[in-house]
Amino acid sequence: MAQMQTGAQGMQSLPALLQRNAAQFANAPAYREKEFGIWQCWTWSETAKEIEALALGLINLGVKEGDFVAIIGRNRPYLYWSMVAAQAVGAVPVPLYQDAVAEEMAYVLGHCGARFVIVGDQEQADKVIEIQDQLHQFEHMIYLDPRGMRKYDHTQLHQFSHIQDQGRAAHDELIGELNKRQAKLDYDSTCVMLYTSGTTGKPKGVVLSNRNVIQSAKNSAEFDHLTQGENILSYLPMAWVGDFIFSIGQAYWCGFCVNCPESQDTMMTDLREIGPTYFFAPPRVFEGQLTNVMIRMEDAGALKRKMFHHFLAHAKKVGGNILDGKPVGLMDRLKYTLGNVLVYGPLKDTLGYGRIRVGYTAGEAIGPEIFDFYRSLGINLKQLYGQTEATVFITVQPDGEVRADTVGVPAPEVEIKIDDNGEIHYRSPGTFVEYFNNPESTASTKDAEGWVATGDAGFFEEGSGHLRIIDRAKDVGKMADGSMFAPKYVENKLKFYPDILEAVLFGNGRDRCVAFINIDLTAVGNWAERNNIAYASYQELAGHPKVLETIRSHVSAVNKSVAEDPMLSGCQVHRFVVLHKELDADDGEMTRTRKVRRRIVEEKFDDIITALYDGSEKVSTVTEVTYEDGRKGSIKATLTIVDAEVKPAAVHKVAAE
Amino acid sequence: MLDNSESYVTEDGRTIGGVVMEMKNITLRFGGVVAIQDISFDIREGEIRAIIGPNGAGKSSMLNVISGFYVPQEGEVLFHGKKRPPMRPYEVARQGIARTFQNIALFEGMSVLDNVMTGRLNYMKTGLFSQALWKGKAEAEETENREVVERIIDFLEIQHIRKTPVARLPYGLKKRVELARALAAEPKLLLLDEPMAGMNVEEKEDMSRFILDVNDEFGTTIALIEHDMGVVMDLSDRVVVMDYGKKIGDGTPNEVRNNQDVIDAYLGVSHD
Repeated sequence: MAQMQTGAQGMQSLPALLQRNAAQFANAPAYREKEFGIWQCWTWSETAKEIEALALGLINLGVKEGDFVAIIGRNRPYLYWSMVAAQAVGAVPVPLYQDAVAEEMAYVLGHCGARFVIVGDQEQADKVIEIQDQLHQFEHMIYLDPRGMRKYDHTQLHQFSHIQDQGRAAHDELIGELNKRQAKLDYDSTCVMLYTSGTTGKPKGVVLSNRNVIQSAKNSAEFDHLTQGENILSYLPMAWVGDFIFSIGQAYWCGFCVNCPESQDTMMTDLREIGPTYFFAPPRVFEGQLTNVMIRMEDAGALKRKMFHHFLAHAKKVGGNILDGKPVGLMDRLKYTLGNVLVYGPLKDTLGYGRIRVGYTAGEAIGPEIFDFYRSLGINLKQLYGQTEATVFITVQPDGEVRADTVGVPAPEVEIKIDDNGEIHYRSPGTFVEYFNNPESTASTKDAEGWVATGDAGFFEEGSGHLRIIDRAKDVGKMADGSMFAPKYVENKLKFYPDILEAVLFGNGRDRCVAFINIDLTAVGNWAERNNIAYASYQELAGHPKVLETIRSHVSAVNKSVAEDPMLSGCQVHRFVVLHKELDADDGEMTRTRKVRRRIVEEKFDDIITALYDGSEKVSTVTEVTYEDGRKGSIKATLTIVDAEVKPAAVHKVAAE
Repeated sequence: MLDNSESYVTEDGRTIGGVVMEMKNITLRFGGVVAIQDISFDIREGEIRAIIGPNGAGKSSMLNVISGFYVPQEGEVLFHGKKRPPMRPYEVARQGIARTFQNIALFEGMSVLDNVMTGRLNYMKTGLFSQALWKGKAEAEETENREVVERIIDFLEIQHIRKTPVARLPYGLKKRVELARALAAEPKLLLLDEPMAGMNVEEKEDMSRFILDVNDEFGTTIALIEHDMGVVMDLSDRVVVMDYGKKIGDGTPNEVRNNQDVIDAYLGVSHD
């Protein structure tokens, strides 16, 4: 760490950190990407040269200081370089979600007035071309993968490698200009602008300064003792603040290596090959892996299956305690070691977690069983709570104080206060500068003293000092009888069942709650196969009576557990439907980070909700769907409405006696 | 009619070269059945040439004549201007012709990678013994060929199934693997026998994109048979239409679409 502190002087921008890394860790790997079946590698000194060539090329193309450069594509080293190169020439990089449809891109590109767009491939290029008439400031597009681009009109279109070649050719004329621009960068210059997906309304451009990014990266890296030797797999959307902090902020601060998968579909194989030491994933990745393991174990031989379940039961008993450094008996320890050789070790290798030191999950609540499963294997999986406006970190769980139901203590240098309504506010070096071109929103979110309202309701647990999140503050409501309505609480309990992918609870202002449920096609499909249940489509499987029966038993079990909480017993699910389609970001029902947009779902499926409340047994509906290429179609379905068992609120009675 | 060495410009602005393969008055009989009757057409360098027609029109027989698998009783096949003698399949492959099959013909138990590698067999010079030992030359040779194969795997976006046995793949992906194997031979002329048969709309769109990209990126001349008229019209530069073993139309998709004989063959004719 001493090395880093000496370097900390003057390290006030990404290009400055890059130069330090190129000097100090010249031959250490900075980026790897699997291409043509082989991991291609770039060292820090090679990276510095590539970025310099690109930056010179951008100046050559006419990028000015203060311009916005949009970056769209899957995680690739070239696109990460683009972000740093954009900053080096004094421009502001704006990464966009690659799976956004053209209209969504039109809004963001128009809002920031991007003059330049760097895209990964033809698919993204086509989207930008489709909307370019709406973009008044758009001038040039640079593409990475030349495939299929030959026939395009190249007056405004440039190949990435050509831009770099031109940059190298113009080195002598432009290097002075580049150095001059780089020297101007300091802690207050804009590092990146990220658009928040926004569960309501239009996306907002969050401006983060170098101070926000570098301070947050430094604090979090020190908190988890990250070193130059870490390896991470970068597969989460580049437009998401988390990826920016892990793959750029922390990577440049520590000088560790960023590995990019070959394609989206190969992520699991690549994960195993790289064996990251530091890993970040939303709960659904961990859930998906666990479901896969369980499905595959059912196909294993009897001996293996027995061994697996036997040692897993033992891990469940003592694994978590061993990881937390709590006292565990000698025999139990020995058995755990044996289990590690026979089961846990090979399993972790298969999953790609053989070398993991620190793993994080965030974004959504993770099921306690899933969380404990990974921890019991000896994987140091932790939770953190954060948001774009905070440059990720608000609270984190320190090693040894990890639990499924809290999100940890305030991160280094973060102050937290909770207002009278239970809403969480924070102030930190990572607190964002402003929403771009939106002073009203900035003012309503961040007050004069720098406190930011998170919009989440929560409280500090007595004794441990850990923060617990209840729900989005605006989603917490009241039922007709005045009791508390916290949909997320119930939805999360439902989603912890592998069969249930997504759940949406309704009941604000009503006398009882009803729910929409999405089945998980992998888990339920596998179950159907084993039970010889034939189905032709998602819709058919979702409506199968036996599936409905299974889901009903899950809902009833959740009701039972909800009834035990005196505050929330009113949130039990009285009736539900299993939806005929998956809620999808393309249809606007979810954000790109897969959070349900409650209001939109409520409006869109108004007819189903009415049927849930008026007592009908079936409901026919027509739903509009958007295909990946932006075309629209519709699906018709008749859904069966199911009544669930509801438990009396036991605790209320006890209290009344 | 164009001269054999003359080039033409397609509707989307690509320049197509001279004649690669010419069929001259081909007649093919199986015993008393006439499968192909006196058909002539040519395939030009860099174009996508489609052969269409209703069931039993003789399309697959025609493709087998092009590939050299059937030898017609009458007529000549000229390849690069020279008359082609009867050949064995490997000789055809060495001439730079590769094909895919209507009913997928892959090695089911082998991985995708190994299947695609078989497409490189013509480029492997080392013997069985040295390949088994995998030393020196044989190793270098495999590395070289693997690189070509990996580029094709990347091109067709099948990285995620590289190590998966073909038997475990769904139909649409198997079709893509077969295309990959054909491409691995780096053909000058690629023959596709119903590349989209049995596919859903999305798979068809994917396959169409790959066919166009192959043609564009590698400059491969492509001859394909297809049932789906929509796909054919969007994809191909020129179309031959067959019915009952006879050629009833030949030209650009637009010309063919407005040809009365073609309309009659596809939509039927009223006899009153």
